[in-house]
Amino acid sequence: MAKLFWIAVALIGAFAVGGIALHRGETINAMWIVVAAVCVYAIGYRFYSAWVAAKVLCVDANRATPAIRLNNGRDFVPTHRWIVFGHHFAAIAGPGPLIGPTLAAQFGYLPGTLWILVGAVLGGCVQDMTILFLSTRRNGRSLGQMARDELGPIGGYAAIIGTLVIMVILIAVLGLVVVNAMKHSPWATSTVFATIPIAVLVGLYLRNIRPGRVLEGSVIGVALLLAAVVGGGLLNEHETLRAYFDLDGKALAAFVIGYGFIAAVLPVWLLLAPRDYLSTFLKLGTVLLLAFAVILMRPDLKMPAVTQFIDGTGPIFGGSLFPFVFITVACGAISGFHALVSSGTTPKLIGNETDVRLIGYGSMMLESCVAIMAMIAATLLDPGVYFAINSAPGVVGATAEAAVTTISSWGFPVTVEQMHALAAEMGESTLFARTGGAPSLAVGMASIFSSAFGQSMLALWYHFAIMFEAVFILTTLDAGTRVGRFMVQDVLGHFSKRLGETSSYPSILLSSGLVVAGWGYFLYIGVVDPNGGINILWPLFGIANQLLAGIALCVATGILIKQGQMRYAWVTGVPLLWLAIITTTATWEKIVSSDPRIGFLASADSLAGKLASGALSPEQAAVAPQLIFNQRLDAVLAIVLTLILWIVIADTLRVARRVKLGLPVLPTSEAPATPAEARA
Amino acid sequence: MSALVRSFWDFVRELATDNAYERYLTHHREAHANVAPLTRRAFYLKEQQRKWSGVQRCC
Repeated sequence: MAKLFWIAVALIGAFAVGGIALHRGETINAMWIVVAAVCVYAIGYRFYSAWVAAKVLCVDANRATPAIRLNNGRDFVPTHRWIVFGHHFAAIAGPGPLIGPTLAAQFGYLPGTLWILVGAVLGGCVQDMTILFLSTRRNGRSLGQMARDELGPIGGYAAIIGTLVIMVILIAVLGLVVVNAMKHSPWATSTVFATIPIAVLVGLYLRNIRPGRVLEGSVIGVALLLAAVVGGGLLNEHETLRAYFDLDGKALAAFVIGYGFIAAVLPVWLLLAPRDYLSTFLKLGTVLLLAFAVILMRPDLKMPAVTQFIDGTGPIFGGSLFPFVFITVACGAISGFHALVSSGTTPKLIGNETDVRLIGYGSMMLESCVAIMAMIAATLLDPGVYFAINSAPGVVGATAEAAVTTISSWGFPVTVEQMHALAAEMGESTLFARTGGAPSLAVGMASIFSSAFGQSMLALWYHFAIMFEAVFILTTLDAGTRVGRFMVQDVLGHFSKRLGETSSYPSILLSSGLVVAGWGYFLYIGVVDPNGGINILWPLFGIANQLLAGIALCVATGILIKQGQMRYAWVTGVPLLWLAIITTTATWEKIVSSDPRIGFLASADSLAGKLASGALSPEQAAVAPQLIFNQRLDAVLAIVLTLILWIVIADTLRVARRVKLGLPVLPTSEAPATPAEARA
Repeated sequence: MSALVRSFWDFVRELATDNAYERYLTHHREAHANVAPLTRRAFYLKEQQRKWSGVQRCC
């Protein structure tokens, strides 16, 4: 009976995947994608994850986990697997899987969707589960420590440098997404600003009034956030007040940078922790609501399966389908960042080794599901509208008329009137050139929500979606800056003992300042870049993120080989090889491509040529030297990142060769086996 | 029915870490009975400090 059930799931899944791949009509119903996704995840979880856990990792239900052996009632606590699942999912789910698929939709709905499904089931979920398991076997050691212990110092340093670089690029690109969503939008800006005092109020409540009552504090906070969305709408009607919040990109970037610095040096209970509680509640609530609304409404997707932009001429980011769809989707399929969480708090909570399947593999499956919903929300828009929102003025033309003419000439008809009507419905003055993915996702979400729960509230839903995205983007920004700060303090500690103390104020100010200056620089350049900045920063972020995943998979593959599992090394080795191919190809194209839309150096040279010949307007000429320098810096950065990956791969191969030849390697850092007496 | 609601509520409380202090007290009584436990507020602040010293949030 069970066999028949799984055969049916496989057949339905194959039919749905075939349906979305071969469909070539005007529109396709989103349910095709939903059904395909559910079947692919179900089969991946039931069969592949079970096989990997049993045969490759040799998960042992009778071996005591660190939570049991080292139970201290605080960080090491055996916890019910669904609770750990919730915490782990809340930790790994960030804005990445919402933004990546939205941008990748420029290739059509099909390429991104297929990679989200295949990449997650065979790559991302396997990575998360494997690293979680290996860290659990090593008392919850971090990825960097495991790299050092098992491969050697090279792997360890590479992991640390990779983490720091990805953090800087990630925060810059997320900052840019928020800035673009708030630019000249008093409603969005005032709502996002209001989230800060609301978080502080909740922080004070949780510390002074009712210590540790997180549910109460969060319910109050979420109610205030919803009130802020409504309040922003009222403010938007008021001529004088709205002018205060009608800010341009540079001013908002300065605000985000200042905010990031302050948030990193304030005590966590005041801003970071309460903001995170609110963002987690909103995140879980909105994801459930979106899934519910998609299934209730079953919207038609208007984007073609595949667009002409697979040739690399896309307006949102330059570069052909291979390798850029993989680089762009990033977190929705494989995210190196997850390896840091999987080797952090989570392994210390696991009560039984068999739980790694649900927690590691299952959480990533859900994350991938979020990416699928973002893809649906992006592709249900009229393609013309989607491109009008997401294309930078440098690409489609600075005026609304120029933009609609360019976009319509691609075969995606859109009119100025249509865009104005849409903007008016959403309570915005314009939606043109709101690059970064967040606004188009918000328009998509608003149209699903309003058709499911009331048409009249489009503007409210739109700003709710913007607020929702901004809240957890800012949480990632705070938390990331703090992690970066600790890493910088760790490095500074090698030079001066005082600067290495995490609680010393001069050290906090200096290290936070360095981290904020790092991402603030890229954010500022992204804001002044007439091509939108996203087209530079997102691929760079994608490369950095996939690089970190590559390092994690190297550690996993190296350990599997050392444990005598050479014949199963392909389980992590094949995803590793694939990541190495896509990141290297992407870096290669970003360096050598002669198309200024793709190549960093070509772009720098083209701009330098225009500057020298006087072809630029005075304001363009003023920022040109910065943009030229930045593109060259990006080229260097991309090369460094890819070199780091190859160095770690070489180091892993060295270890593999020594194992094969029977030469000595570093001893395993696994904690000795003790039988589990008590089950959590 | 009430048992179901009860266990769901416990689940939500644990997910939100609302019951972290009670759990700490239980553990503390078993492991360090001779030392006075932290107050609820001190425990909350210490936990936040610990929680946010590592990678807690992803992209």
